[in-house]
Amino acid sequence: MPEKTVQNLDEVTIRFAGDSGDGMQLTGTQFTNTTAILGNDLSTLPDYPAEIRAPAGTLFGVSGFQIHFGSTEINTPGDQCDVLVAMNAAALKVNLGSLIDGGTIIANTEGFNDKNLKLAGYTSNPLTDGSLDKYRLYAVDITKLTALALQDMNLSSKLVDRSKNFFALGMMYWMYNRPMEPTIEWIKNKFANKPEIKEANLRVLKAGWNYGETTEIFSVRYEVGPAKLPPGRYRNITGNQALAWGLMAAAKKAKLDLFLGSYPITPASDVLHELSLYKNFSVKTFQAEDEIAGITSALGASFGGALGVTTTSGPGVALKTEAIGLAVMVELPLVICNIQRGGPSTGLPTKTEQADLLQALYGRNGEAPVPVIAAATPADCFDAAFEASRIALKYMTPVFCLSDGYLGNGSEPWLIPDFNELPDISPKFRTEKEGFFPYLRDDKTLSRPWAIPGTPGLEHRIGGLEKQHITGNVNYEPQNHDFMVRLRAEKVERIANDIPLAQVEGDASGDVLVVGWGGTYGAIKSAVTRHRQRGNSVSHLHLRWLNPMPKNVGEILYKFKHVVVPELNLGQLIKVLRAKFLVPAVGLNKVQGLPFKAIEIENKIDEILKGK
Amino acid sequence: MSTLVEEILKAAPPASDQKMTAKDFQSDQDVRWCPGCGDYSILAQTQRVMPDVGIPRHQMVFISGIGCSSRFPYYMNTYGFHGIHGRATAIASGLKMARPDLSVWVVTGDGDGLSIGGNHMIHILRRNLDINILLFNNQIYGLTKGQYSPTSEKGKITKSTPYGSLDYPFNPAALALGSSATFVARTLDRDPKHMQYTIKRAAEHKGTSFVEIYQNCNVFNDGAFFQFTEKDTKDDSVVFLEHGKPLVFGKEKDKGIRLNGFSPEVVSLKDGKWSVNDLLVHNEKDTTLSFILADMTYKPGIPRPVGIFLAIDRPVYEEEMARQIAFAKEKRGEGDMVKLLNSGDTWVVQ
Ligand code: SF4
Repeated sequence: MPEKTVQNLDEVTIRFAGDSGDGMQLTGTQFTNTTAILGNDLSTLPDYPAEIRAPAGTLFGVSGFQIHFGSTEINTPGDQCDVLVAMNAAALKVNLGSLIDGGTIIANTEGFNDKNLKLAGYTSNPLTDGSLDKYRLYAVDITKLTALALQDMNLSSKLVDRSKNFFALGMMYWMYNRPMEPTIEWIKNKFANKPEIKEANLRVLKAGWNYGETTEIFSVRYEVGPAKLPPGRYRNITGNQALAWGLMAAAKKAKLDLFLGSYPITPASDVLHELSLYKNFSVKTFQAEDEIAGITSALGASFGGALGVTTTSGPGVALKTEAIGLAVMVELPLVICNIQRGGPSTGLPTKTEQADLLQALYGRNGEAPVPVIAAATPADCFDAAFEASRIALKYMTPVFCLSDGYLGNGSEPWLIPDFNELPDISPKFRTEKEGFFPYLRDDKTLSRPWAIPGTPGLEHRIGGLEKQHITGNVNYEPQNHDFMVRLRAEKVERIANDIPLAQVEGDASGDVLVVGWGGTYGAIKSAVTRHRQRGNSVSHLHLRWLNPMPKNVGEILYKFKHVVVPELNLGQLIKVLRAKFLVPAVGLNKVQGLPFKAIEIENKIDEILKGK
Repeated sequence: MSTLVEEILKAAPPASDQKMTAKDFQSDQDVRWCPGCGDYSILAQTQRVMPDVGIPRHQMVFISGIGCSSRFPYYMNTYGFHGIHGRATAIASGLKMARPDLSVWVVTGDGDGLSIGGNHMIHILRRNLDINILLFNNQIYGLTKGQYSPTSEKGKITKSTPYGSLDYPFNPAALALGSSATFVARTLDRDPKHMQYTIKRAAEHKGTSFVEIYQNCNVFNDGAFFQFTEKDTKDDSVVFLEHGKPLVFGKEKDKGIRLNGFSPEVVSLKDGKWSVNDLLVHNEKDTTLSFILADMTYKPGIPRPVGIFLAIDRPVYEEEMARQIAFAKEKRGEGDMVKLLNSGDTWVVQ
C-alpha cells in the first residue's frame, strides 16, 4: 500500500458538479450530513438548474453543490472552492472559474469523451492538453471503475451509470477522512425495498473509498478537526426544514393546530413536503388549486382558530396580495412565508435573490401594513418562523416571514433548542359575551379579540369592507376610515415594543457600519470579521425585523461615518433606511442569482475606507 | 394534548333546546339590496329553513365573496365572513378543514362563483367538503352596475358589450356535475316552497351541495327568468325534477319528457301516442341521467329543468383528512416536538 501523508486543514471548500441527472445534490447532501456529524462547522450552497433533467452534457444542465467546512467558524459556503469534483466536461467548464489557483480537480475521464467535449465547447481535451497545469489534476475513470465494481451484478448500464456519484462520494470520504457509515445507513434505509440498487450503491461507495486508499495517484489525505462550537446537541438542518419545524413548534406552543394552505412552487415546495409528513402532530396540509386558494384557505382556518400559514415564493406572493390585504382588514393571524427567488416574473426559479423586500413591505393596495421578519441563516429560519407566529397571534395580523432559495436549500449545524424553554405563545380566545365587540381593541397591543365560530353568543361578521371602530360594522364615513387606517398602522408600529433592540456586531460606533438583512448574514459577517482582524473600524448590523424596525436602529446608524448596505437586489432596504433615517447610505448590489462572496463585501468596505 | 379550540368548545354552555325561529337568524344590520331584488326572498327562505336544519346559529358560518349576493352574511345572525372576489369557496374550505364541527355555507353569485372564482368552485366540488353553496344566478354583474356575466345569454347588450356579448354562457348545473359534485340543484327566487325544500336538502346532504338559484336583478336584468317564475308561463316552461317521479309538466300536466336514445324530447300526454309510463323517471342517484337532465338547460323547445339533479354519497374530504391524522397518530404516536428536534443524525459538542 502506498505511503499516504496526512495534512491538517482549518477549512476547505469542495464543489461537486455534474449533470443534473448525476445526483450531485444527493452526493453533496450526504457529504454534508457526514461532515456535520463529525462536528465541523459548515455552510452549503446547492446550485441547480430549473430544468429537472436538462439535456445531458450541456452547460446549462450542470448541477452543483458546494460545501464549506472547517474546524473554525464557517459563515458562508465559500467564495471559491479548493476542490472541484467534475463529473463531465460541462461541469468543469462552468465551475473552473470558482476554483482557487492551485486547487484540486477530480475529473471523471469518461465525462470528457468527444461528445461531452463538444457539448461543453472544448476544442481539445483539457485533461490532457496542459491547460489545467496550474491545478492539481486527478483524472479518474469513475464511470469505468463503477462498472467494474458492479460487473458481476448484471445491471442495466443505466443503473450502473446512476451509481457513479457514490464512487465520487466514497473517494471524497477517503480523502477528507470521513466515515462511510452514515451514508451506508442512509442507503440501506432509502433502498430497503430495492435490494439491487442498495447493493450496487453500497459497493460503489466502498469502491470509491478503496480506490483512494490503494491507488498511487492520491498521496495526501486531509484531516479537518471538529469546530469549537458552543456545547450542546447539534444536528444539520436546511432552511426549509427549519422553517417547517419552527411553524410546528409555534403551533404546539400556541396550543393550536397548524394549517398550511400552499401551492407547489420552487424553492418553497420543500416546506409543504416537510409539513405533510407530520400528520401525527395534527398538522393539516392542504395543497390548494392555486396560490390564492392557498392563502385564503389558511385565512379561513385562522378564522376557525387554527394557526393559518401559507408558504410560497415571490410570484406566489404576487397572487396572494389581495388576500393579504383582506387579512390586514379582518385582523386575523396568518403567517406568509416567502422563500425568495430570482425575479421578476418567473425569473430564476432555482436561484436566490432578496428582491421581494419592498413587495413584502408595501406590495398591496391601500395602506396595508404587515410586519416583516427575515431569517439570517438556514437554522435561523426556525426562530424566524416561531417569532412570526408569535407576533401574528398576539397582534392578530398577517406576518411576512422572509427566507430565500439560498437559505431554504442551504444547511448548517444547528444547536438544537430546548423546546420546553420556548415561550408559551397561546392566544386567549374571547368567550365572554358581556361587552364583546369584534373590533374593541386591547389597550396595549391594539389587537382585536379572536372569537371563533362555535362560541355561543359571539356571532359576528367580518370582511374586507372598512370597519367601524369597535363595532366592526361596515362603515364608509371619512373620519372613521382615516382613524382606522391610522389605528392599523399604529398596531403594527407597537410591535416595536415587543421585539429586541438591534445589536451591533463589533464596536457601537466607528468608520463603517455594514447593514444587512436576510440571507446575506454569513457573507457580511465574514467580510466584517476580516476587516476587524485587519484593525479596521468596521461593524455589522443585521436587521431581523424589517417592519417595524427595532427602536434603536436610527441611533445606531448615526454613530458611524459610513453606512454600507449590501443586498441581492438593486437597493431595497437602503431606500427604506434613507427614507426613515435620512442617512447617506451606500449600496452594494448584486443580482446574479447567487449569494454574495465575502470578498465582494470586503472589497466594497475597502473602497469606502480608502475614500474616507 | 387538546388544543385551545377544543377546550373552549368543551366549556361552552349547551345550546338551549328551545326551537329557534326565523327571527333568531336575522342580524341587526339593515338589509341594503335594491327594493324588489330577488335576494330578499332568498334571505327570507334561508332564515325560515334554518330552524328546521336544527344547528344552533353559533355553529353556523356564512362565507361570501364580492357582489350583491355576497352581502348576505351581514344579514344572518350567525358567524360570517365577507371575503374577497371569488374566494369564498377557498376560505370556506380552509375553515371546514380546520373545523369540521361547523356548518359552513357559501353564498356567491354567477360572477363571483363562476368567473373570478371559477377555479375554486370546480375544485371544492371535486373534493367534496361538507359545505353548502348557494349560487345566486342573475345572469348579470349587479354591484358593478350591469356588465354581462358568465351566465348571460350570448348577444347580451350591456355597458361593456354595446354590440352584444360574444361569450357562450355557462350552464352552472352542468359545470357542477362536470366537476364531480355530489349534490347539484336548481331553484327559483320566486318559488319559496321549492327553495326552502332545496336549501333544506342541501343542508342535509353530506358533501358539497351546489344550489343554483335563479334570482331576479330588477335593476340591471329585470325579468331574466320571468318565463320560468311567473304564473302564466312557468308551468309550460319548467319541468320540476322529483326523485322517483316521471317528468311531467304543463298547466294541465299534459306534457312530459321522454328519452329518445340519449336525447330528451317533449311529448304530449293528450294525443294518445304516449302515456306517463313512457316518460323519463327521475333518479337523483343516477349520475349519467343527471348529465342528460342538466344538458336540457338551454335546449330550445325543452322546458327548463328545476330541482335536484343529483344527490349521491362520496367520502367527505375533511373526514378523510381527519382519518389520515388519526392513522398517523396511531402508527407513529402523538407528535412530540422534543423527540422530533432530536431525531435522526445528531452529535454532541462538549
Ligand atoms: S343590483 Fe340587482 S342584484 Fe344587486 S341588489 Fe340591486 S337588484 Fe339586487
